[in-house]
Amino acid sequence: MDEDVGVNIIIAQVCQRLKGSHLHSHLEKQAKECLHRPEIKLECIKDDVRSFLKETGWERKLQNAVYRELHTLPPPSHTVAPPEHTKEPLSYMRKAQACWEKRILKSLNSMCTELGVPLARKRPVREQKDLVHKWTEMGTNEPDLSNFRPVYAPKDFLEMLISLRNANHDSSDEASCKSHWGLIQVPLNVKNIPEMRKVFVELGLGTSQLGIDDNIHITPDLFENEHVRLGKRVVSEQDSAAAQQYSRQGCPTGLRATLWALILNCGNDLEDVMRYEQLKSGVIHHDLLVDSLIYKDVKLTASNDDYYFVFEDYLYQILLCFSRDTTVLEHFIYNSATPPKSSVQGKQGTEEYALVYPPNGVIPFHGFSMYVAPLCFLYNEPSQLYRIFREMYVRYFFRLHSISSSPSGIVSLCLQFEKLLQIHLPQLFYHLREMGAQPLRIAFKWMVRAFSGYLATDQLLLLWDRILGYDSLEIVAVLAAAVFAFRAENLMEVTSLAAAEAVLADLSTLKVMPLLQIFLFATVI
Amino acid sequence: MSKNKTAGYRGHHSYQKRKEAEARSFIRYRCGFTNTIQDVLRQRPGWVEVKEDEEWDFNWCDVGWLRENFDHSYMEEHVRICHFRNYYELTRKNLMVKNLKRYRKTLEREVGHVEAAKCDFFPCTFELPSEYHLFVEEFKRNPKSTWIMKPVARSQGKGIFLFRKLKDIMDWKKDGSRLEEQRDEAQVESYVAQRYIENPYLIGGRKFDLRVYVLVSSYLPLKAWLYRDGFARFSNTRFSLSSIEDQYIHLTNVAVQKTAPDYDPERGCKWPMQQLRRYLTAKHGAHAVETLFRDIDNVFVHSLQSVQKVIINDKHCFELYGYDILLDQDLKPWLIEVNASPSLTPSSQQDYEMKCHLLEDTLHVVDMEGRLTGREKQVGGFDLMWNDGPVSRENSGLETLGSSCFSPNTNLGKHWLTDIQWRRRFTVASFWLTCLFPGFQVVSMTEKTSYDTSKSCLARRAHDRLLLNVLN
Repeated sequence: MDEDVGVNIIIAQVCQRLKGSHLHSHLEKQAKECLHRPEIKLECIKDDVRSFLKETGWERKLQNAVYRELHTLPPPSHTVAPPEHTKEPLSYMRKAQACWEKRILKSLNSMCTELGVPLARKRPVREQKDLVHKWTEMGTNEPDLSNFRPVYAPKDFLEMLISLRNANHDSSDEASCKSHWGLIQVPLNVKNIPEMRKVFVELGLGTSQLGIDDNIHITPDLFENEHVRLGKRVVSEQDSAAAQQYSRQGCPTGLRATLWALILNCGNDLEDVMRYEQLKSGVIHHDLLVDSLIYKDVKLTASNDDYYFVFEDYLYQILLCFSRDTTVLEHFIYNSATPPKSSVQGKQGTEEYALVYPPNGVIPFHGFSMYVAPLCFLYNEPSQLYRIFREMYVRYFFRLHSISSSPSGIVSLCLQFEKLLQIHLPQLFYHLREMGAQPLRIAFKWMVRAFSGYLATDQLLLLWDRILGYDSLEIVAVLAAAVFAFRAENLMEVTSLAAAEAVLADLSTLKVMPLLQIFLFATVI
Repeated sequence: MSKNKTAGYRGHHSYQKRKEAEARSFIRYRCGFTNTIQDVLRQRPGWVEVKEDEEWDFNWCDVGWLRENFDHSYMEEHVRICHFRNYYELTRKNLMVKNLKRYRKTLEREVGHVEAAKCDFFPCTFELPSEYHLFVEEFKRNPKSTWIMKPVARSQGKGIFLFRKLKDIMDWKKDGSRLEEQRDEAQVESYVAQRYIENPYLIGGRKFDLRVYVLVSSYLPLKAWLYRDGFARFSNTRFSLSSIEDQYIHLTNVAVQKTAPDYDPERGCKWPMQQLRRYLTAKHGAHAVETLFRDIDNVFVHSLQSVQKVIINDKHCFELYGYDILLDQDLKPWLIEVNASPSLTPSSQQDYEMKCHLLEDTLHVVDMEGRLTGREKQVGGFDLMWNDGPVSRENSGLETLGSSCFSPNTNLGKHWLTDIQWRRRFTVASFWLTCLFPGFQVVSMTEKTSYDTSKSCLARRAHDRLLLNVLN
């Protein structure tokens, strides 16, 4: 009985989300138009229309849209639970997140006052014309950004996470072998290896996959050719769910762009293009303070990367539009974070004049542009690239910089990483700890960026295939632990944090899938 | 494994070489450069540098030395030198164009139009001042197109400019600065005018070209090797046809880019070939990229065939060419030029390692030590692309049933250097094993781990794969 009620609620929620969407109006239009067709009979009009929609692929599109909504639907909650519980059920996490947000907003405001730059201003006409002209070459601008600094870096966020404590948890016992050696001291439930073996079945030793079985020394007939054929089938069926399942074994390079678009249910329709153009005109008309932060970030990170420097211009085109996209605010329903508000000059304190700033509610931090950079490898049509990035952000990336108890949230990932290390590499963990080189201090920056900029591009894309395939970021924590396991011999000889950082400085030669496979399936339990 | 036993598997030729090398017990080399090649030669076991007037077995010379000394030197049978006497038939722009045009005419006459069309990989070019009238005719036929003027003998992008109006050339002829250049040169300099490719393939709004390495160990019969690594060189600025004067946009040589105001030497503006290949595959699909790389192979083969009869073949000579290829938006490769002395100066650590491996493998192919059988289709990072005929990937012995089954033995940009490096770690063992068992392939194993169970597990899997490879 309860289950039925639960399902009904979900159905109602999804219907509400899809009502009034573009897909809805398209379906209505199609249904109306098909009435003219001779095969539609009045007696069984419902069934005929349904079968028509099925044959023309519209049912599949609807299926994909529902599937997408199910991904981002918040977990079912009690009827009298306040909305903040949907964002984050644990109160101490909510408090910590609110405290963190206050800090960064304060930092942003103080930078604003120091530099005397307004949070937002309207551009003069000449400047607008200039920008339109240079829209595809914004990388050639050389604004003076020396006074700007990123609002925060992953390091600062880590300090915040380290200080998290659950007031209800009694940690007064003496430190023992059962206690947690790492930096994260909150009692969250994270999966251990036996549980993960059940979840990540397709990564097992007996299953073929890309990243391992497409090695040069293995004939493609054994796996690769068949996998590509299957991929083409999936693409022609246009089935989101099938694409997601397929992606667990990796996406072939030539099909990856289409498959990811399918999994994320992002087309490149006229509506998407128009939406992007709208955002672009928003950028042209107004200049935001965060724009300078974005510029600074791109110049510091992506422009200096050996591979991503080529895409500098795309990054501006995407990120500047992203900060003005108010539809991103929808994801705050299930994000523990709350969009920062600021007020119009002269009207502080009045609630009605408080605006969300930046318009999308996301304040970029140092390294934010690296979420977009690998995607430039797959998509070069700005409107499609934008759609894909936006979708990836509201599904996955937001969890990497907000404090929550979600299993894909950064807190859980850190805890999972430390637990895996403590259980399976206790000697290494103990040694590093003694040397003052807590492993999380090194691995944190990898996980916050989902390894973007640290791995070689093709390896990174194989990792992100699995993030999409399993709809979870846990694989990132497993990879971090696997990297430590791989370099354990060298790490056992370090005597300081700096030396440990040096051992783990260059990950560009690592092959991701063998590491994951060995760690998950070849570890002695 | 006694030496005699292995010698028995060798061809007579390398047996001779080995005997002589053994008699000497080291290889004397001369090197005219102080960069990467010097490091590679110095580290090669059994190779010693000799001074100016001493005898040498191997000479990595610059073209100046070649010009002055080649004709006067007597070289014993085993001696090797890194250039062909008249290499410039391929590398000087006016001569290359002349040879290609002539070869194309021959093909058209003897084989047919389709085969001749395969030579359409160089843009319409005229030598100036000798073909000035032909050039003007062609120019007037397409008045809107852009042309690029290149000095015949210079490199690194010097002296190149673009123009759209005939008036620009007139001005340039009269230009005082050019006269000054001429004063430095003893003779009148030749130029070529070439139709500029106005729709280059752009990545991130930037133009790029490809540098690919081809090693020719002999012209008669033609034996050419293609190196698996290479790189794409990006222009630092965004491409647009509106600013012809901005040399920095249009020329992608690193030498030119280095002087551009926003050049960041730390960053470097190169992508390894593998990165480019993967990018193109993600954009256009595997099939289109396969076709592209076959077309690129075609460029090498036809350009070498066009000078095959002109170059003075000499068994002492080999040459490592640096080919510059440009892609247009239809994924068609265009030959820009061929360099007989490709730059060996590294632009970054990664670049240095790549060039070291390139040169090491070049020396492996040249094989002064006499270790190869002569039947290899792959040596280090080099794949045998042409051996008096196309070389197929399949093992010899299988009948190829028509061209549709033919897959060329080239792997440009397919695999990462680190995968190839694993071959190096097994080099000693694999060299001997490859010689003893043709068809033996070393299986790439992932790096050593500290897990005993995973080690044995890996070993088991490697063993299975090894079996499969040997059986296949």
